[in-house]
Amino acid sequence: MSTLSTGTDVVVYEEEHVHHDDPNFWRKYIFSEDHKVIAKQYLITGIFWAMLGIAMSVVFRIQLGFPDADISWLKPVLGQWISETGKLDPNFYLALVTMHGTIMVFFVLTAGLSGTFSNFLIPLQIGARDMASGFLNMLSYWFFFTASVVMFASLFLQTGPAAGGWVVYPPLSALPQAHLGSELGMSLWLISMALFIVSQLLGGINYITTVINLRTRGMTFNKLPLTIWAFLITAVLGLISFPVLLSAALLLIFDRNFGTSFYLSEIYIAGEALPNVGGSPILFQHLFWFLGHPEVYIVLLPALGITSEIIATNSRKPIFGYRAMIASLLGIAFLAFIVWAHHMFVTGMNPFLGSVFMFLTLIIAVPSAVKAFNYITTLWKGNIVFTPAMLFSIGLVSFFVSGGLTGIILGNSALDIQLHDTYFVVAHFHIVMGAASAFGFFAGVYHWFPKMFGRMMNNTLGQIHFWMTFIGVYLVFFPLHYIGIAGFPRRYYQFTTYDFTSSYTDLNMFVTVAAILTFFAQFIFIYNFFSSIFTGKRSPQNPWRSNTLEWTTPIKPGHGNWPGEIPAVYRWSYDYSKPGAAEDFIPQNVPYSQTLESNLPHENEEIKMEAEIEAQNFNDQFDQPH
Amino acid sequence: MSYLIAIIAVIFLALTVLVVSRLQKVMKGVNAVSADGETRPEGNKWNAAMFLIFMVLGLIGFVWSYLHTEADFLPIASSVHGRRTDDLFWFSMAVLTIPFIIVNILLFYFSWRYQYKAGKKATYYPENHRLELIWTVIPAIVMALLVFTGWRAWSDIMSEAPKDAEVFEIMGKQFGWYVRYPGVDNNKLGNYNYKLIDAQNEMGIDLSDENSFDDFISTGELHIPLNKPVLLKIRARDVLHSVFIPHMRVKMDAVPGMPTKFWFVADKSTAEMKAELNNPDFDYEIACTEICGTGHFSMRLRLIVEDEASYRRWMAEQKTFLETYPDYLAKVPDNLKAKAMKYAPAEAPAVANPDSTTAQAGGGMGTSASFR
Repeated sequence: MSTLSTGTDVVVYEEEHVHHDDPNFWRKYIFSEDHKVIAKQYLITGIFWAMLGIAMSVVFRIQLGFPDADISWLKPVLGQWISETGKLDPNFYLALVTMHGTIMVFFVLTAGLSGTFSNFLIPLQIGARDMASGFLNMLSYWFFFTASVVMFASLFLQTGPAAGGWVVYPPLSALPQAHLGSELGMSLWLISMALFIVSQLLGGINYITTVINLRTRGMTFNKLPLTIWAFLITAVLGLISFPVLLSAALLLIFDRNFGTSFYLSEIYIAGEALPNVGGSPILFQHLFWFLGHPEVYIVLLPALGITSEIIATNSRKPIFGYRAMIASLLGIAFLAFIVWAHHMFVTGMNPFLGSVFMFLTLIIAVPSAVKAFNYITTLWKGNIVFTPAMLFSIGLVSFFVSGGLTGIILGNSALDIQLHDTYFVVAHFHIVMGAASAFGFFAGVYHWFPKMFGRMMNNTLGQIHFWMTFIGVYLVFFPLHYIGIAGFPRRYYQFTTYDFTSSYTDLNMFVTVAAILTFFAQFIFIYNFFSSIFTGKRSPQNPWRSNTLEWTTPIKPGHGNWPGEIPAVYRWSYDYSKPGAAEDFIPQNVPYSQTLESNLPHENEEIKMEAEIEAQNFNDQFDQPH
Repeated sequence: MSYLIAIIAVIFLALTVLVVSRLQKVMKGVNAVSADGETRPEGNKWNAAMFLIFMVLGLIGFVWSYLHTEADFLPIASSVHGRRTDDLFWFSMAVLTIPFIIVNILLFYFSWRYQYKAGKKATYYPENHRLELIWTVIPAIVMALLVFTGWRAWSDIMSEAPKDAEVFEIMGKQFGWYVRYPGVDNNKLGNYNYKLIDAQNEMGIDLSDENSFDDFISTGELHIPLNKPVLLKIRARDVLHSVFIPHMRVKMDAVPGMPTKFWFVADKSTAEMKAELNNPDFDYEIACTEICGTGHFSMRLRLIVEDEASYRRWMAEQKTFLETYPDYLAKVPDNLKAKAMKYAPAEAPAVANPDSTTAQAGGGMGTSASFR
């Protein structure tokens, strides 16, 4: 999928650097070390997985909304998983739920979002020729690609893919005799995730190294755009937490294949008592959520970074509270590591631990509130241009607030007793993490498409795509709160077994219809995206009149991004609508000495630093001997 | 509800019409460049208006949908702590609805109010420390309040069960529950060992422990006394399960190899609920909320709450495990045999080999589970 599509995009390289031979097709588009090509590879792979993942959710939504429907028409696609009477197989229902979660969280919102925009924007916005290691960057994508192939292959197994929920809690996932989805599908899941983690680590090391070492002249940390801050912090989060998931997965592999008892104890299954004693299923949950919770922020922070940039640009105002935004990013990132057990309040964990984790969890509301208020103040007295990117960013803020607030309920251990593993949780995290991050992804694509492909996406289609998706997401996930308050448990194939789940059949139907319509709305985006690559209007130099460095490159940046010297940076990236300035934006590479009319008093003092900034040039990779 | 579906169908239809009409405009190549060469943002006006429309319709939808669905939220909790967490839940919800509405309104209103106007310049307003301090401190105070109330409720609910609590053991398996009662004579459950599990002794009762002699097992229902502390000892024998009693606001995972527990006081009997809901078929239910395989959605167990007198009466009618499967007398150590005989049927078994016919005839407890 990705190879096909990336192969079609046309990048014309500038040829100033004669010592860099024009690479052949394979080196240029497939095994490319250019961060821009790798970003597009991530993007297109991510879009492929997103469509597959959402399509899966539509299938199980049909099961939940219309349990009596005859879905034989899906037989050509799902084959044996549709029974003779046209019903979805309960095992495959669980497989769909599991695959939907895994795909959306890891392959779409981690790799698709971070992979695309960290790769694309870090070098362009900090003023670097490329990533610190192009080779590791290429490896990172191809590890991800291999992980994708393994996961995709598992969908076609006779026994089906993994089906124990995306959290794959043992012993269910450890014992093939316990569950159809714990057979070969589970092994492939674990292999795929191990490869995926390697890919994330290679990518993360690269992002961190690049941001620290390859910033251009004058690009101090307090002048970095918030996007880069967010990507940097995300990469640090990933680097610390993903290895823990890898170890959890390895121990699970040992338990499955080599007879160890890390997670297994006192089990009697399929007519026999297993010899394993002394292990703890809870250990897996601790290890899993030690990644799993930071993962939420690995998914969300890049989206917040992208949004910060887009809201400032399109409000034509500086982001409000730049330092507070960084501080809250850091605060959220730090807290992300010490709240994991709020996923485990009712696992039998020591209640005292529950109190501690409740306290730490609710603290997160504070930096999150700061972010939300700062976004809103940025809009205040702005001059807002509703590009599709801006619309999606505003939508993100709405989701971030609406979904974040219910997190305060779930983080309260006393309330979590009733709501744990009900649809309330599903509603909460789909809004605050799923939809919010997806909107960050869309915002990023609409905003940086001109830089990626040198053409514009259709504005009107983008706006319509936004409204259908925004309304659709609220229609799908808002009612799920009600279903959750009524106590409907997650991952139920149908709700007919119990009296307490006999209500709300109509509400479930409503949610399913809304989900299907929202799914179809995404095809507007798909059409817009792929047709604009070839037939979109040609992009001007700086279509959004933005301050960041990527708009100083040629419209289609070639190898090395800037044809001549890398520009120096003199100011932060948020000088929008500065009083006294002629234009309503002043790019980062414009020195204060040229903007005397708009300088603030302390900025006039920075003029004497300019010669010094000018003189440094130790980070240009093209000037290094190699 | 079908008309609700119709409404969203109409919304999406309208949007589709909009797409088509807009598309034609685009096809015609309408170029939105004003005289001074500055690109006028396309479609800014209707998008700004949409935010206002969305805000108004969203608010109406929120209130209407809440009123419409509220009737089917769980009925008033039937346990003491349940009412407390319910109050806390609705209190927290009320507190959180305030920022939910205010922040969303500000977001949409500002979007509309400060939409692009040619010649206007945005206000350069990069920071205001006092403002930021205010909205750091206020959420912090509200959080402190919520944490405090939540923590107090949590500590009380999770405290040690009172000494006089009735003890029950509930064990999850694929796909059903086994319940063990401590018996008529002492309020003590006997030991168990997963290695002792077999086709009859599904819970692995250890008959070398004298406390287990008067224990009995049930698979279809759990009877508990009204207005008395009840301690559930929870375990699983194959994979993770989770005991969920929606009306009692009880939930706790069942973990193989790690016993868990939950205690509560039910203060509304099944009969009272039947009368209150005017539904003669009402039953309290126990469900599984931790994914455990194919039959996860169908692990229903009835919970019967009755006043203590009728609970004791029901208890007295039950046959002990030894009575049901007298063959297991063979497993009782010799020095305790006499004690155990008290709970076994009058005619001691002739054969020490448990066979299925005895099991069927003696029990009828249905321990041969209907699920695989």
